[in-house]
Amino acid sequence: MNMKEEALLRVENLTKIFKTGFLGKGEKIIAVNDVSFFLKKGEVLSLIGESGSGKTTIARLILKLLKPTSGRIYYEDTDIWEISDKAYWRKVQAIFQDPYASFNSFYKVERTLKNVFKLFPDKVSEGEKDKKVHEALEKIGLNPKEVLGKHPFELSGGQMQRLLLARCLIIDPEVIIADEPTSMVDASMRVILLNIFKELSKKADKSIIFITHDISQAFYISDRVLVMYRGRIVENGPVEQILFSPQHPYTKRLISDVPKLHEKFKFTLT
Amino acid sequence: MTERIVNAGKLIVRYKKLLIGVTMLVAIIAFCTLGMLLYPIDPKAIIFRDLQPPSSTNPLGTDVFGRDVLAQLIHGTYNSFRIGILAGLIATLIGIVVGAAAGYFGGMLDDLLNLITNTFLVIPTLALLIVIASYIRIRSELMMVLIIGVTAWPWTARAIRAQVYSLKTREFVDLAKISGLPKYEIIVFEILPNMLSYIVMCFTLQMAGAILSEAGLSAIGLGPTALITLGMMLRWTIVWEAPRIGTWWWFIPPGLIITLIAVSFLLINNGLDEIYNPRLRRMR
Amino acid sequence: MKMSLVLEARHIEGGYDLGSSFLKAVDDCSLYAYEGEMLGVAGESGCGKSTLAKLIMGLTKPPLRLVKGKSIIDDIDVYKLSWNERKKILWGKVVTMIPQASMNALNPTKKIKDVVFDVVREKYSTPPSKSEILDMAKKRFDEIGLDPVALDMYPIELSGGMKQRAIIAISTLLNPSFLIADEPTSALDVSTQKLLLELLYMLIKRNIVKTLIFISHDIATLRQICDKMCIMYAGKILEISDTEDVINRPLHPYTEKLMESVIPLIPSIRKKTLKGIPGAPPNLLNPPSGCRFHPRCRYAMPLCKEKEPPLREAKKGRFVSCWLHLG
Repeated sequence: MNMKEEALLRVENLTKIFKTGFLGKGEKIIAVNDVSFFLKKGEVLSLIGESGSGKTTIARLILKLLKPTSGRIYYEDTDIWEISDKAYWRKVQAIFQDPYASFNSFYKVERTLKNVFKLFPDKVSEGEKDKKVHEALEKIGLNPKEVLGKHPFELSGGQMQRLLLARCLIIDPEVIIADEPTSMVDASMRVILLNIFKELSKKADKSIIFITHDISQAFYISDRVLVMYRGRIVENGPVEQILFSPQHPYTKRLISDVPKLHEKFKFTLT
Repeated sequence: MTERIVNAGKLIVRYKKLLIGVTMLVAIIAFCTLGMLLYPIDPKAIIFRDLQPPSSTNPLGTDVFGRDVLAQLIHGTYNSFRIGILAGLIATLIGIVVGAAAGYFGGMLDDLLNLITNTFLVIPTLALLIVIASYIRIRSELMMVLIIGVTAWPWTARAIRAQVYSLKTREFVDLAKISGLPKYEIIVFEILPNMLSYIVMCFTLQMAGAILSEAGLSAIGLGPTALITLGMMLRWTIVWEAPRIGTWWWFIPPGLIITLIAVSFLLINNGLDEIYNPRLRRMR
Repeated sequence: MKMSLVLEARHIEGGYDLGSSFLKAVDDCSLYAYEGEMLGVAGESGCGKSTLAKLIMGLTKPPLRLVKGKSIIDDIDVYKLSWNERKKILWGKVVTMIPQASMNALNPTKKIKDVVFDVVREKYSTPPSKSEILDMAKKRFDEIGLDPVALDMYPIELSGGMKQRAIIAISTLLNPSFLIADEPTSALDVSTQKLLLELLYMLIKRNIVKTLIFISHDIATLRQICDKMCIMYAGKILEISDTEDVINRPLHPYTEKLMESVIPLIPSIRKKTLKGIPGAPPNLLNPPSGCRFHPRCRYAMPLCKEKEPPLREAKKGRFVSCWLHLG
């Protein structure tokens, strides 16, 4: 497979089982079930699925925040568990679902943003840090003066989600895993954020894993789409192919049930 | 203006317990600190007639040795507080270290620390204290503090472990990890500040517990021999059968102060709980 | 056929007391709804749509308060009633709100029928007997297609769709003529969301309720069942028209931008770049002069900054608050 060879990130037969109860003797929950896929450089790949389908678990596995039960993940053909944490996290970063939970409410947001300089191999001077933080904020349309000195609860959901994106921009990784990064913004701001992701992939050649339950958003920004259902990948292909000829009943239902602006549901009253 | 007064009134009603508790505690602390300044009588000096009821020279009378009871009460309260604070600090610190390590790292370490914690929890503390205290010959204040501190930490460790365990799965901890923060920094600077109120509550409880432990130990004769504490005062009244000979001015004051301290801490703790725990707040 | 007016809300103005200042969340909004009508209220977060709904119903629990205006529902002047009278004769019986996140609002320790008893008893000084209430509930459950067996079940035994039906059945038990649904679908996955839309649609078509106001930030959802749409921005109503007109021929520049921000589900969408609306809605403690949208509007004229445009009928049946159309 030629495509596989140029993959930046490769996930092979990944399985994650959570065990509950004393010494793991209780119930088993298979969160991710034998999942394989790859991500190319400069590509936007969407992971679509409802809550509980395992998409966030995959994100945590790729981020080395969880150990897989079985299966492997490779970054540039090296098993990610053989790469040092800091080196890996400089290359692979994330935007988590809940921006308020992502920032420590005890501190001003500036501290959380500047924490990322711990990843840098060389010491960064304070002036340099300020410069990078300001540049990143301006890129995503936030005024540094208005946000840096605030605590998370003083900012809006949209501002917080943009701060998480800014944090990624400061690190400048190769892969960004974005888990529902627009869940707290209005439609008019959502499109602006999505455009930033599109630009990152097309102009800066960054690879993005975009996790969402909203197929419209996924189809707008991605090159390829994975549909997850109960821990498995049930659909995998380019956007056009999935939209025109969905194979799995879940994908079909997803496409038919999403409300569309220029089409009305036909209800037959029973 | 009136609105402000009304608001202040509402706040006072809402934080009633906390306010009463803090006021009581401040009054007791003021009593012993100001007392040491304004009532310069040596509590150990045998300079009065024995077993005198309250009078103008001895506001709370004298004990069986002819020592001034008020002076003893002032110094005893002060010393009891000092033991309480130090022992409370030790217990809280051990509790935080053990609890945070067990909660954050989990796995084998958690199992091991849990085993130790549980072992300490099931041993009746007072019995353990009696055994330890009777084996140790030198009974200094420091020894007292160590004995109480080292035996009181287990439930703090449990409480802290549970909190850390739930906080460590929060996204801000994940974000700190992938920002390359070392583990100890994540525990100390990310997780612990988020449970500061909880830690303060643990400390107040530990301190109150330590003061009572000191009183209990000293009263049965295992206290710091050379020091005057509330417990040691009780100890002498028991040895000399103060209640039977009717010298109420000798045994009631230390007992009363100990009770007041316990009540004030209980109120503070309940009050803090109501403030920090929104569910309790709403139920009122 | 002349339909009768169910809601007549005139010049509603209200907001929240924030100690030292007053946040005017809704400013001079008038809204009418007729029998058999499904009216959608759309707008982005903080535009005042939920507050408007509360003010219409008279749910003025401090810090929320009405400053000016009048709300008449089914010939009942809401603000002539005291809070207790509203509780007794208005809410539940004349108007009912299905609030945000209500789809998880059933008490897990109570059987559905016990919830029903509680709801009914709260509304009557001399409540009907248990068997009467049960009969009422069975009839309503039947009407909206839920097996009355569900009455004897605990919420956990019901599927997501059944739970929705149970909640809707309970909220419409006392035959309110007017239903307000405030973002009921926002936390649901698309398939459950579709079921709920169908359910709301059925309530009107079967005449179980006379009028529905559906509040949502998601225009694509609203358009599925609403005949008319009302667009709000920064506490003001900017446009009211038939749904098709609002979507296909928007008059107000904000409405136009809003429609452009909706991502259509078409294969070529990947190649397109949608625009969105740069900037942020104004701070309502200090709103801009004139038209509230003018700082973000691409057609802004000097007049827009000076004078606030009134909401007027610009074309037949189309109300808009914009100087471009009122000239």
